[in-house]
Amino acid sequence: MSETSSTKKTVLYNLHVELGAKMVPFAGYDMPVQYPDGILNEHLHTRESAGLFDVSHMGQLVIAGDNPAAAIETLIPGDIQALGSGEMRYSFLTNEQGGILDDLIVTQRTEDLFVVVNAACKAQDIALLTDGLAGKAQVTELTNRALVALQGPKAAAVLARFAPEVATMSFMTYREVDIDGVPCFVTRSGYTGEDGFEISIPNNNAEALCRKLLGDSDVKPIGLGARDSLRLEAGLCLYGHDLTEKTTPISAGLIWAISKRRREEGGFPGADVIQAEISNKPAMKRVGILPEGRAPAREHTVITDEAGNAIGEITSGGFSPSLGIPIAMGYVPLDFSAIGTKINLLVRGKSRPAVVAKMPFVEQRYYRG
Amino acid sequence: MSYKFTEDHEWVLLEGDVATIGISDYAQGQLGDVVYVEVPTVGDEIAKGDELAVVESVKAASEVYSPVSGEIIDVNTELEGAPTMVNEDAMEGGWFAKIRVTNSADLDDLMDEATYKTFVEGLDE
Repeated sequence: MSETSSTKKTVLYNLHVELGAKMVPFAGYDMPVQYPDGILNEHLHTRESAGLFDVSHMGQLVIAGDNPAAAIETLIPGDIQALGSGEMRYSFLTNEQGGILDDLIVTQRTEDLFVVVNAACKAQDIALLTDGLAGKAQVTELTNRALVALQGPKAAAVLARFAPEVATMSFMTYREVDIDGVPCFVTRSGYTGEDGFEISIPNNNAEALCRKLLGDSDVKPIGLGARDSLRLEAGLCLYGHDLTEKTTPISAGLIWAISKRRREEGGFPGADVIQAEISNKPAMKRVGILPEGRAPAREHTVITDEAGNAIGEITSGGFSPSLGIPIAMGYVPLDFSAIGTKINLLVRGKSRPAVVAKMPFVEQRYYRG
Repeated sequence: MSYKFTEDHEWVLLEGDVATIGISDYAQGQLGDVVYVEVPTVGDEIAKGDELAVVESVKAASEVYSPVSGEIIDVNTELEGAPTMVNEDAMEGGWFAKIRVTNSADLDDLMDEATYKTFVEGLDE
């Protein structure tokens, strides 16, 4: 049933199949969308205990040069020069119109930058970074490493059994750690709203280490289905859906990811557009949405005002396993972005009431030391 | 009186001129955890092949098509509060609607249980 001929496999493919995963093509890879427990149980397990996700399809890059932090700032609005060694930041590649080409995580290491980008944008990002940094820094993709995420309230206790030093790491920091004797890059970060880690593992050791982690009774394997519902509850954006080259960081509500210095100095693609939006406010804004009733409102659902005029669109929508109700996010004009604003959603031709709501829908529980 | 199946995994149980419609156990397994079911309105006329219901899992919405033409005479209102009934009891408690069929010949080209079982086994290979 899987499209084996055209899709790539991560080094954990055989393990997924052995665990009974339902494999689907995603961003050019054959990935597990769910295991036999199902999306609902996997989601709830991650919120209560610890879940292990294969995210090896994402791009792991190293950017090296005389001053890679200064160099990359010409392509992204993140304040990378402010990072100390072992600190990391969420940022995005922008185009000349201030639109977002991809979102990414940049870590300042002792000598270089470690960057993680989305699978679907990997080839574009590598080309863009390589060209944009030519003469200043070199971009290398780490194709010899797998990437997994261990997420949930028990993630730290589980990982500390293998490597005690991870227990004291703060949210958004990086360390090189031997886990069960395997040299790993560990970051305290994730995409679920929970405490947890992303662990970069040499390909040859990845399956054995994942088996060890899964051997812990608190850990279960989690597929992409639950990864999506977890990040939506946490109010986190999914590139290609909530963020595109047509959305700016300001309309997406990501102004927090652009420091005062970068806002003032600019010096990244589309800085003039973004600076103008900071001063004059954007036309549209990303908001949380709670549909009334139980019918989920999916991506591309039209948002109308109470008179029925189309005003925007849902960019991510589904069912919240933690809350037992439908949740969504989407873009509406600034005048409709206040929490509590009544809107309608056109679901299968029927107008259904909904309300603009605060995000995250489920409280984030990051470890800040 | 016996179950008949469509290639889209709906089941039909005809008693007199009333057909009860649901989705098969195989279908519910493929969909995963059902979180919402939109059932039709009692009194509406429906044509064979029209959208009868929508089943939403955590991940996606799937349409259920009517295997018969007729009038909707009853819908399963219990699914509103307990959509997981579709997963737990697809072949009985998870039914969607009852239709008074205008032409029982609509069922002629459907599969019986044994044929459907072979059909599903072929999909998993």
